[in-house]
Amino acid sequence: MRGYLARKTLVYGVTFVVAVTLNWLIPRLMPGDPVQRMVARAAVQHPETIASMTEYYERTFGLDLPIWQQYLNYWAALFRGDLGTSVWLFPTPVSQVVLDAVPYTLGIMIPAILLSFVVGNSVGAMAARSRWLDNVALPVGYLITAMPYMWLAILLAWGFGVALGWFPVAGGYDFGLVPQWSWSFAGDLLQHWVLPFLSLFLVSLGGWAIGMRNLIIYELESDYANYLAALGAPRRLIRQYAFRNAMLPQITGLALQLGTILGGALVTEIVFAYPGLGKLVLSAIQNQDFFLLQGTLLFVVIGVLLANFVIDIVYVLVDPRTRTGLTGGTA
Amino acid sequence: MALAVNDLKVWYRTVRGDVKALDGVTFEVADGEIMGIAGESGCGKTTLGKALIRLDTRMRHVGGSVVLDDVELPLADDGAMRRHRYREVSLIPQYAMSAMNPTRKIGRMIRDLLSAHNVRYADVLPELERRLELVGLDAEVLGRYPIELSGGMKQRVVLVLSTLLNPSLLVGDEVTSALDVSSQKAVARALVEFRDHGFVRSMIVITHDISVLFQVADTILVMYAGHLAEKAPAKTIISQPLHPYTKMLIGALPKVGDRYEEQQLEGIEGRPPSLLEPPAGCRFRDRCPLVHDKCAEAPPFRKVAEGHHVACWAVS
Ligand SMILES: Nc1ncnc2c1ncn2[C@@H]1O[C@H](COP(=O)(O)OP(=O)(O)O)[C@@H](O)[C@H]1O
Ligand code: SF4
Ligand SMILES: [Mg+2]
Repeated sequence: MRGYLARKTLVYGVTFVVAVTLNWLIPRLMPGDPVQRMVARAAVQHPETIASMTEYYERTFGLDLPIWQQYLNYWAALFRGDLGTSVWLFPTPVSQVVLDAVPYTLGIMIPAILLSFVVGNSVGAMAARSRWLDNVALPVGYLITAMPYMWLAILLAWGFGVALGWFPVAGGYDFGLVPQWSWSFAGDLLQHWVLPFLSLFLVSLGGWAIGMRNLIIYELESDYANYLAALGAPRRLIRQYAFRNAMLPQITGLALQLGTILGGALVTEIVFAYPGLGKLVLSAIQNQDFFLLQGTLLFVVIGVLLANFVIDIVYVLVDPRTRTGLTGGTA
Repeated sequence: MALAVNDLKVWYRTVRGDVKALDGVTFEVADGEIMGIAGESGCGKTTLGKALIRLDTRMRHVGGSVVLDDVELPLADDGAMRRHRYREVSLIPQYAMSAMNPTRKIGRMIRDLLSAHNVRYADVLPELERRLELVGLDAEVLGRYPIELSGGMKQRVVLVLSTLLNPSLLVGDEVTSALDVSSQKAVARALVEFRDHGFVRSMIVITHDISVLFQVADTILVMYAGHLAEKAPAKTIISQPLHPYTKMLIGALPKVGDRYEEQQLEGIEGRPPSLLEPPAGCRFRDRCPLVHDKCAEAPPFRKVAEGHHVACWAVS
C-alpha cells in the first residue's frame, strides 16, 4: 500500500508539472498579442503614449523578462496563489475572476453528478428485477443517452424557457438584480439554475441506469450468485451481493465524472450563458485574455488531478481485488 | 435408501429446439454410498447434478421424479426447492474456483448465508474451524478474500462450506478437475473423510476423468449422451465392465489397460451424437464395435447381477 501511494503520488506529481508547463506554454503560442489588444482598446493615437502604455503593461504582466525567468516567476507566483492579472477585466486578479465563477460551475455540476448517479443507479437496479420497469426505463434511457447533449440542452431551453416560459434561459441571475444575500435573489438564482442543472442531470441519468441494469444482470448470472442460490440463499441476499459488486465499477465511473467537475460544464454554460468556469474559458478566448485562460485551465487541471488522486485511493480501499493486485496476492 | 431417481428427464430450451441432455435416467444411491458419475464431456453429468438441486432458467423438468429420504423433491418449483437446499441436498459446483463472492471475506459470506438459513454463525463457528482444520486449512482463511487463496484451498473451503449443515446428499461436480495432482489427492481424501465422519450421508461425485473415481467412489455410474450405460461397484467397473462404452472408457486408461487382460483400445473413436435430435435406439450405436440389428431399439437399463445394471443388448 505504501509503495502504491508513493508511485501514485509520483505519477500525479509529474503530471501536474507537465500540465502547468503546457498551460504556461499554450497561450504564449497562441496568435494575438494581448498587450497590443489592450492598447488598441484604449483607442489612443499618440505613438509615445502607445509606447509607454505597452511598456507599462508588459512590466505589469512580466512579459519584458527573458522567457526562462517568466517560467520560473510563473511557478513562484503559482505557489503564492497569484495567477496574474486579467486583461479582459483589468485590473481584477485572475484568481478573483476564477473564484467568482467556481460556485456557479460547482453549483450545477455537483448536484447533477450526484443526483443522476443516485437516481440512475436506483432506477437501473429496479429495472434489473422488474420486467415492466425494464421495458420503460431501457428505451427512455437509451434515448436520452443517445441524444447529443447539445440537442438536449437546446430542447430544454426552447421547451421550458421559450415555449412554456417557466424558466429563464440565460445568465446566472437576472441582470437587473445586484448579487446580495436575500430571498428574492436566492429565488432568482435558483430559477436560473434549473435548466443548466436539468440538462446535465438528464444527460448522464440514462447511462447510469443502463449501466447499473446490465451490471446487475451480469452479476446475477455469475458463479457466486448461482452457488448461493444452490445453497438455498434467498433472492434478497443474492441481490444484495450483486448490487454491491455492480456498484464498484459505477463508483469508478462516478469518480471519473467527479474528475470533470470543474471543466465538464463548458457546453452547458455556453448554451445557457451560465457564468461558470466554462463560460470563462470561452470569454477568455474571445477576449484573447491568456492570463485568464491559463488561470481557468490550471484550476480545472488541478481539480481533475486532485479528484482522480483521491478516487484512486478510495477505490483501493473499497475493492479487495485491486488491493491484492497491489501486493502481488498470495494465490 | 437415500436417493431414488426415476426416469428423470431434464432438457435445455434453446432457439434450435430442446437439448435432451438428461433423457430418462433411473438409479439409486444408498445411505453412506459415494457414487461416481463418469462419461465424456457433454454427456449430461452436470445437468444431472444440477437437476438434483437447482434448475437454471434454461432447464426444464420434462418428466420423472427424485425422491430423497422418502420425500419427493419439487424440482420444477424453485421456491419450494429452496427448503431442501443446503440442509438436505448440497452442491460443490463445477466452477468452485469462482464460486465465492470476490468482494466478501469468506467468513462474512458464510455468516450471511447461515443467517439466511436461521443459523447463528457463532453457534457453528467451532465446528466450522474444526472442519477447516480437518482439510488442512487454518481458521484464518475466514478473514481472507477468495482471491487470496490458491485453487486447492478454495476447493477445500467450498467443500467445508457446502457440507456445513450436514446434508443428506452432496453433489460434487468436477471437484478435482481444476487441481494439480497433490491437491487432487488431498481433496479426494477429504471427500471420503467427510462421509466417514457423517458430515454428508451420501455423495455423487461427477468427473470426466474416471481414474479419479477409483480413489473415492464405492459405485460408478457411466453415462452416455443423456442416457445411463452402466452402474456397478467401482471394483466391478474396473475389473469386469460389461457395457462396450465402459470398456472403452477403462481401456482409454493406460494403467488399467495394462493391468487387466483387456484388449488395448486406442482411445475412443468418434463423437457422441447431438442431443438436439438424438438418434432413436442405442445412442452409442455409431461408435459401438458390437452394434447389431437390435440396437435400433433403445436397450433397457437392466439388472444383470446384484448392484450391477447395464443398458446394452449385447450383454446377456
Ligand atoms: N445452457 C445450456 N443450453 C443448451 N444446451 C446445454 C446447456 N448446458 C449444457 N447443454 C448441453 O447439454 C449437454 C450436457 O451438458 P453437461 O451436463 O454440461 O455435460 P457434462 O457435465 O457431462 O460435460 C451437452 O450436450 C451440452 O451441450
Ligand atoms: S446396445 Fe448395441 S449399440 Fe448399444 S452398446 Fe449395446 S451393442 Fe452397442
Ligand atoms: Mg460438466
